[in-house]
Amino acid sequence: MSPKKQQAGSAYFIAKETEVPRTHVLSVLVNNEPGVLARVIGLFSGRGYNIESLTVSETSHERHLSRITIVSSGTAHVLEQIKKLLERAVPVHRVVDLTLVADEKGFDKPLERELALVKVAGKGENRVEAMRLADAFRAQVIDASIEHFTFEITGRVSKIEQFIAIMEPLGLVEVCRTGVAAMNRGPEAM
Amino acid sequence: MPKSVKTKREKSAARKMSGAEMVIQALIDNGVDTVFGYPGGAVLPIYDEIFQQDKVNHILVRHEQGAGHAAEGYARSTGKPGVMLVTSGPGATNAVTPLQDALMDSIPLVCLTGQVPTGLIGSDAFQEADTVGITRPCTKHNWLVSAIEDLPRILHEAFYVATQGRPGPVLVDIPKDIQFATGMYYPPEHYELKSYKPKLEGEDAAIAAAVELMAGARKPILYTGGGVINSGPKASQLLRKLVAKTGFPITSTLMGLGAYPASGENWLGMLGMHGTYEANLAMHDCDVMVCVGARFDDRITGRLDAFSPHSKKIHIDIDPSSINKNVRVDVPIIGDVAHVLERMLALWDGLEEKPEDGALNPWWSQIDRWRSRQSLSYKPSKDVIMPQYAIERLYALTKDRNTFITTEVGQHQMWAAQFFGFEEPNRWMTSGGLGTMGYGLPAALGVQMAHPDALVIDIAGDASVLMTIQEMSAAVQHRAPIKIFILNNQYMGMVRQWQQLLHGNRLSHSYTEALPDFVKLAEAYGGVGIKCDKPGELDDAIRHMIDTDAPVIFDCRVANLANCFPMIPSGKAHNEMLLPDEATDEAVGSAIDEKGKQLV
Repeated sequence: MSPKKQQAGSAYFIAKETEVPRTHVLSVLVNNEPGVLARVIGLFSGRGYNIESLTVSETSHERHLSRITIVSSGTAHVLEQIKKLLERAVPVHRVVDLTLVADEKGFDKPLERELALVKVAGKGENRVEAMRLADAFRAQVIDASIEHFTFEITGRVSKIEQFIAIMEPLGLVEVCRTGVAAMNRGPEAM
Repeated sequence: MPKSVKTKREKSAARKMSGAEMVIQALIDNGVDTVFGYPGGAVLPIYDEIFQQDKVNHILVRHEQGAGHAAEGYARSTGKPGVMLVTSGPGATNAVTPLQDALMDSIPLVCLTGQVPTGLIGSDAFQEADTVGITRPCTKHNWLVSAIEDLPRILHEAFYVATQGRPGPVLVDIPKDIQFATGMYYPPEHYELKSYKPKLEGEDAAIAAAVELMAGARKPILYTGGGVINSGPKASQLLRKLVAKTGFPITSTLMGLGAYPASGENWLGMLGMHGTYEANLAMHDCDVMVCVGARFDDRITGRLDAFSPHSKKIHIDIDPSSINKNVRVDVPIIGDVAHVLERMLALWDGLEEKPEDGALNPWWSQIDRWRSRQSLSYKPSKDVIMPQYAIERLYALTKDRNTFITTEVGQHQMWAAQFFGFEEPNRWMTSGGLGTMGYGLPAALGVQMAHPDALVIDIAGDASVLMTIQEMSAAVQHRAPIKIFILNNQYMGMVRQWQQLLHGNRLSHSYTEALPDFVKLAEAYGGVGIKCDKPGELDDAIRHMIDTDAPVIFDCRVANLANCFPMIPSGKAHNEMLLPDEATDEAVGSAIDEKGKQLV
């Protein structure tokens, strides 16, 4: 066998990914303790998956339970694997893929709401137009000067994105979003 | 040592004590008799407590990695959790390799690390590292203790999490001020963990569906793994019963060797990349596959899209995240192997229609044809020791003794798996998932401390053994008469084999120049060195090694260019194995086609 003729090979078998990634919303009920968030998001980052949105807050003070809502995009196979890994983590009580549950129940999507603070600076016609549009979107003014408005807007992700896009030419200077809070329709708990 | 201290410790009722005392008391209350460790600034209070008691035996190693692998060897050979104790900073970072090793191979390992005092955390203090941050992905769970009130609970939880469900490594990081602080200690019974409760019993309907599939199988196979060993000795007994009742052929992963005896009639040998022809072809052609405590690792499956294409697959695993991870299965059963096998046997006995006698005869005839291919054959030599021959002789001369085998990683490991016959579980300690060179020597030390009268042999390679050779010093100190049997071919043999297969025989840095004189090295450590390079002298030399009551390094000079076959080359399926008699230079050179080479 003569050296230098062959091309390099690999010690691994690699199959092409054929599944299409899709956006999923996961709800994770965890003990509210130090490090728990790092543990949960580490399962995503360790696989090179990006978290599109993340919301965490304690939802049961007596039981020290927090609810984490994660929006991430991935193939069904990998997200199922991440869900199982989350389920076996010690501080995790429950994991629900809200998107899959919505599919099963025949809903279009889980209920999602997000809050955003949007600051728009400017004078004259743009300022009037911004106020008019904010009314149409039912955004509240929570701070104002003669040179700016700060709006609070709540709604679905698509509504917030649309509002921000419209404000862009009218003097948008700052945006802060909470990330998605989500649950499923119907009388059942997660 | 003051007597009062000793008698106080014997009782494990709730009482006030220091954090360092709590550590020792929690070890005793969780049944720990041996700890492997290395002292340092941030664990001195705990070492001071160790000094003042005689319940827990501390084994001083020479490097924290050695402590971890020794604890793994101890755990694997006893079924109990292994415990390591190291200091902060470098002590903890050196523990990372054994932690990941234990995670991949599901070994219960409790790692206690010292940490700088709570007030200094985050200040870049001397020997500070973010230990829980660094070890989060390589432990099953870890804790940073931030208050003395939490310490006893966390210590007990650590043992619970390490041993329950799929076993694995855990780490408890204990700041030095917490070790000095005083608080109430409560025994393990006082606590209950609410959020981690693995399921042991498999779902009955799933087990029934599995038994029905098995009863209708004409070409069945049992594919078993380390989960059988982890489930305990009862699981191995039940597995043997299941094989006897069903008459199914059985193969095992590297980690599962010994669960079913190698001398057993239905044994096909190990499967996978370097498994036997009959095991791999039976996996490929079977109609029902029963996977018991194994995880469809890439070394086992080969090309996934061609893996056992015509079979219904049953998968018993205690870890739900192992199900459907690499291979889609038809009947998943989540539970402990022993629990599930017991139920499976009961359902099999209760079958209304058992398969007729001889239903599997055509399948066994087929398997016998594959067997006759003799995939493990090699060309014997009168002049040089063939590595396969060395393992065969080692086996022949030690099989009637109380023998435990550990290995390093590489060709010698595969030859040990192929040619050493394991009859019982917990006798075989090897780094399977992570493939850690340097595992075997410290693991042998750990096994020997758990079984002082046993014959413990580390089957090693000349390259691997140098990664943790310093533990020879620990073996000599603790009078652990471990035997390090080096198959010395002066190459990183497996690296070279891959370079021959995949990189046009360009042997980049896989030849070790300037190896030490292993005989002199053994003597320098205070052990015994033996060298052998002639097949005719091998038996006597091995007997000499066995009879030596001291740590031995055996430098077994073997054929330098021997390679490990059979082999499933990259990008190939189970039925495209490369057999030893076909492994000519050209066949090796073209074993991997253009498509295989494109896989990066």
